[in-house]
Amino acid sequence: MDLLVELPPLITFVGGVNWTVGFLTTVGIFAIVALALNLQWGYTGVFNFGIVAFFMVGAYTSALLTLERPGDFENHILGLEWPVPLGWIAGSLAAGVLALLIGLPTLRLRRDFLAIATIGVATILRSAVNSTEGLANRGAGLIGIPRFLDGLVDGADYRWVMLGIVLTMLAFVYVVMAAATASPWGRVLRGIRDNEDTAMAAGKHTTVFRVQSFVLGGMVMGLAGAIFAHRQGAISPTGFSDLFGTFLVWTMLIVGGSGNNRGAVLGALAVGFFWFGTPLIQEDLPDFLGTRVFQLREIAIGVLIIVFLLTRPGGLLEEEPRVSRFVPKPGSGSGAFNTAHEEGGP
Amino acid sequence: MTPLLEAVDVTTGYGELEIVHRVSIQTEPGEIVTIIGPNGAGKSTLLKAIAGVLPKFSGNVSFDGRDVTKLNAPKMVALGASFVPQTDNVFPSLSIRENLEMGGYQRTSGTSARVAEVLRMFPELERRPGEQASNLSGGQRQALAIGRALMLDPRLLMLDEPTAALSPVMREEIFDRVEEIRDRGVAVLMVEQNAKEALARSDRGYVLVAGERVLEQSGEEMLNNADVGRLFLGLEPAGRGA
Amino acid sequence: MIDFVQLIIIGTIVGSIIGLGAMGLTLSYGVMKFANFAHGDSMALGMFLAFIVVGDLGWAGSDIGRLSFGWGMIPALGLAMIGVALLNISADRTIYRRLRRRGAGIITMAIASLGLAIIVRAVIQIVWGSAPLRYSTGINPALTLPGDLKAKPDQFFIVGLTLVVAFGLYLLLYRTRLGKAMRATSDNPELAEIAGIDTERIRMSTWAVAGALTALAGVMFGIQAQLQFNAGFEFLLPMFAATILGGIGNPWGALTGGLIVGITQETSTEWIDAGLKPGVPFVLLIGILLIRPRGIFGSTV
Repeated sequence: MDLLVELPPLITFVGGVNWTVGFLTTVGIFAIVALALNLQWGYTGVFNFGIVAFFMVGAYTSALLTLERPGDFENHILGLEWPVPLGWIAGSLAAGVLALLIGLPTLRLRRDFLAIATIGVATILRSAVNSTEGLANRGAGLIGIPRFLDGLVDGADYRWVMLGIVLTMLAFVYVVMAAATASPWGRVLRGIRDNEDTAMAAGKHTTVFRVQSFVLGGMVMGLAGAIFAHRQGAISPTGFSDLFGTFLVWTMLIVGGSGNNRGAVLGALAVGFFWFGTPLIQEDLPDFLGTRVFQLREIAIGVLIIVFLLTRPGGLLEEEPRVSRFVPKPGSGSGAFNTAHEEGGP
Repeated sequence: MTPLLEAVDVTTGYGELEIVHRVSIQTEPGEIVTIIGPNGAGKSTLLKAIAGVLPKFSGNVSFDGRDVTKLNAPKMVALGASFVPQTDNVFPSLSIRENLEMGGYQRTSGTSARVAEVLRMFPELERRPGEQASNLSGGQRQALAIGRALMLDPRLLMLDEPTAALSPVMREEIFDRVEEIRDRGVAVLMVEQNAKEALARSDRGYVLVAGERVLEQSGEEMLNNADVGRLFLGLEPAGRGA
Repeated sequence: MIDFVQLIIIGTIVGSIIGLGAMGLTLSYGVMKFANFAHGDSMALGMFLAFIVVGDLGWAGSDIGRLSFGWGMIPALGLAMIGVALLNISADRTIYRRLRRRGAGIITMAIASLGLAIIVRAVIQIVWGSAPLRYSTGINPALTLPGDLKAKPDQFFIVGLTLVVAFGLYLLLYRTRLGKAMRATSDNPELAEIAGIDTERIRMSTWAVAGALTALAGVMFGIQAQLQFNAGFEFLLPMFAATILGGIGNPWGALTGGLIVGITQETSTEWIDAGLKPGVPFVLLIGILLIRPRGIFGSTV
């Protein structure tokens, strides 16, 4: 998973620039996922713990559709050589379908039931891919996933094209999210998040809105996964771990600020910098720390989550309250972690 | 004589919302005192604050001469002041006996003897002490809730609308029980919506309107008070119904 | 047919372990009201703490009959149970209680528990490394039962211990003052306070008991499998499935749910590929959520 960002020695300017380009590309993809999670959790209070499953579905769907026909050495379905953008759309839709399948039975129930239902999905998907002969080449994974806009530049400079693509897609998703959350639909979502009973009294079928939010968010996660697959060129089940795909994104949202889109992007940048930057200093650390830098990094993530929840639940960029809360508790922050609305009921 | 319970200028509410504004009430030992008033007047809120369930924004409460303003519910219970909430006032998955045992949780000894005593006070519960509380009727549940509060021999019993949602026959029974309890030396402070029936049994009453105390009289005086009657007891056709 | 019965036997073992862990989970879920996502990694921690005694220190002790472990497993279990109980209690003191005081909701608490899970897992990896470990290197030969069925002595032990623990839990919850107070707090924490119960003490005790049960489940798992630092997260789904199947807050429900999950999971290999086994608890979970979200025996939340 850390192969996403190459680790060249930062001793050359070019090395530094290359690293930064790769880093920004990766963070850009994460930011797209964070925006999607923000729609689900930050705006609607939908508690999705299986982010990486949707990401993975998008990645695999797009890969399988855009690859060449499987030859003797590749053992997978499809391989229809579709153009890359179509693959992305298909990946997005597939993730949306998964969201629908999981969401329909669970979103009408307690909020934490969705979380429980989603924790295992990624494991099941990885397991299914690993063990099903002929589906997606099992553990060996898929290789040779085509690049988008490959012909524009020479090989080595493609990283800039990729960065451009990712940033464009990020901007696109951001605009869509901003529009959606500012719209009347977005206001209903916030209403459901903050005070379910009032929303229901106003005649809104809250479950329907939750499903919509969950599915839309899932689709965006699938899109991010598809972009990821084409950026990597090769994917396999182990590359989609829960720590990397799910927990890290949650940390980004908690740190950056849930309930507002800028916070999601900021969180992706900040946490991403911490996550991908720490291996770089591995050489500079004393041996005892250096060999354990990955575990220390994980511990830092766990501590970060807890500390932020305890001290600044609204994140670095807290959402501004738009309406006065009827029963705000002093100092509880704002946005999705505002205590006024959280409860066990559907 | 010093009142058993004295609340002075209590202000309380929920979160940042003030509902009760500087209300003072008292209860003497062996009295039945009822607080009446329209919906939303803050009667339950006041009672909960006195019982230590809600924090008081300002003012103080003393019980038996001690300052209990900062005390929470378990500590109030330890001093002899028990509270019965209006709803969700029994443990549904526990049996009748177990519910009572929980009321006696702070006892260091003699719990089963006390359980037997309390069961004798409520024959309908004594018949099937192993029955799960969720299977009880409304009236039985209310009886159990009150029984639970009596487990530690309290000197003050605080009841929040004990007869809400009960049939007239059951209401009679509950009020009978309340009088019995008072006759055993326990002071009772209750909030009631069925004002007429409650005041008929009460030594004194308070009227709370919009979070403020507007009247204090003896039970009989309040029953005969034309203003109160018109506004709350529905004694005249022109008044709002009780 | 024999093979199928064999699968049922295996399913019962797996189900017992899931049930043990689910009993701890349902206790904490019922009293604290939130889903503890650190539960799986707590189980793993228990598993590894026991290893300190029988592995790191080598105090395996002389063998107990035909079991694969020796008397050293007793102090090992003690260490594991105390260790996880302490973990739970400290986590409550430092994290969950503070969140409760601020009025944080169940989702915030669940996410905090996730942060804790990540930390525990990383610590396990630092201390014991990434390579799989075993309590003992010997083989535990299976006994042959009537009908040519096979079961290892260890497996009898696991099932037997689960039943004993379930009975002990019954005694605690239905015959002791503390246990009844735990059930009362699970029913209605505010009423428990009103009745005079110190609910913070009850929560502390609940965390301790749940921790002990969790550690026990972890060690039982370790006895019949390898110890891997990242096993924790994989425990979550079957355990939550069992807990919800049985009804949150209901320990017998959790045990029953665990057996249902275990047996269904293992017998499913008769029809589906073994690689799809993780999907079985998921399907059971979705199923119960669709049909009867309160679980078979009803829940207290």
